Amino acid sequence: MSSDQWLGLVTGILFGFLLQKGRVLRFEKQVGAVLLEDMTILKFMLSAILVGMIGITVLAEADVIATSRKSMNLGAVLLGGALFGGGWAIMGFCPGTSIGALGEGRWHAVFAIIGMLLGAALYAELYPFFKSTVLAWQDFGKIGLPEALGVSAWVVIAVFWVAALALFLFFEKKGL
Amino acid sequence: MKGKTADGGWSPYLAGALLGLLAIASAFASTQWLGKTKYLGASTSFVRAAGLIEQKVAPELVAANEYYTKTKVRIDWQFMLVVGIFAGALISSVTDRSYRLESVPPIWKERFGNSVLKRAVGAVLGGVVAMMGARMASGCPSGHGLSGMMQLSVSGFVAMGMFFMVGILVAALVYGRRSS
Repeated sequence: MSSDQWLGLVTGILFGFLLQKGRVLRFEKQVGAVLLEDMTILKFMLSAILVGMIGITVLAEADVIATSRKSMNLGAVLLGGALFGGGWAIMGFCPGTSIGALGEGRWHAVFAIIGMLLGAALYAELYPFFKSTVLAWQDFGKIGLPEALGVSAWVVIAVFWVAALALFLFFEKKGL
Repeated sequence: MKGKTADGGWSPYLAGALLGLLAIASAFASTQWLGKTKYLGASTSFVRAAGLIEQKVAPELVAANEYYTKTKVRIDWQFMLVVGIFAGALISSVTDRSYRLESVPPIWKERFGNSVLKRAVGAVLGGVVAMMGARMASGCPSGHGLSGMMQLSVSGFVAMGMFFMVGILVAALVYGRRSS
């Protein structure tokens, strides 16, 4: 294996380990979140983002790492995001967690994986059509919130921290 | 804030914060060792896996496909990251004895019963729609949610908002009438 494959594998093992320890791989945790009954995955994701955004911003501002933002293509993100949200609620897994769920014995995740492989192949077939329609609507490019709002990255991070901590307090108070 | 949850797992706040550290370390390590900053993601690997499978039956179709050509069908860093997720979850669940063979998940069972076939049909259909959406949006909860939001990317925030809003709507419609 090449060095990028090795690094990916080691990082992935740690990623999978933490996903499993956080108990976020399970169908009932994912569907529990969209049923607004169990906020485990939101606590997990937001905690990761709160910590990650500080380190990523420091390293990116110091030019130690490069950013790789995804394009804010309006049709793609809105329609794609809606399709994903709907499919996710029925499937009960996202791409990464389906693989992890299989790893912790929830073998029915194999059906979700088969569906997603079919979806990927279908998207590849339909790509020329989407490219000339949904994807061609309006593309704002790889913009960040600080530029879009005209404020420093640290203002965005501070506001996000306050909002997320308030949400955590609410979740704990309600026992979600 | 408890360190352990009732089901023997770690506090989601703790496990999540550690994942944040992993994301930072991964961005740093990939830049140092590979010369390119890598961010956590998963859905592109499903395109590569689909392409690798399709190559076995219809290689000319894959070679002529614009999307496969653009995505580059190969086993790269992220593909191995996804393989690693399987291994990491296996190691963690076997060592803390939370590994369980399960054919139909809870919540689904309460709503649709014990039929594996029903679950299979639901999961395949949901999977097709979700992956089409993830590829259209160029990311899933890992790529848009974790990596995108960590980079304060507008698309990450909007995509996560859509995932949850539509997810909440569809979940209410699908699982609203449960027996318990």
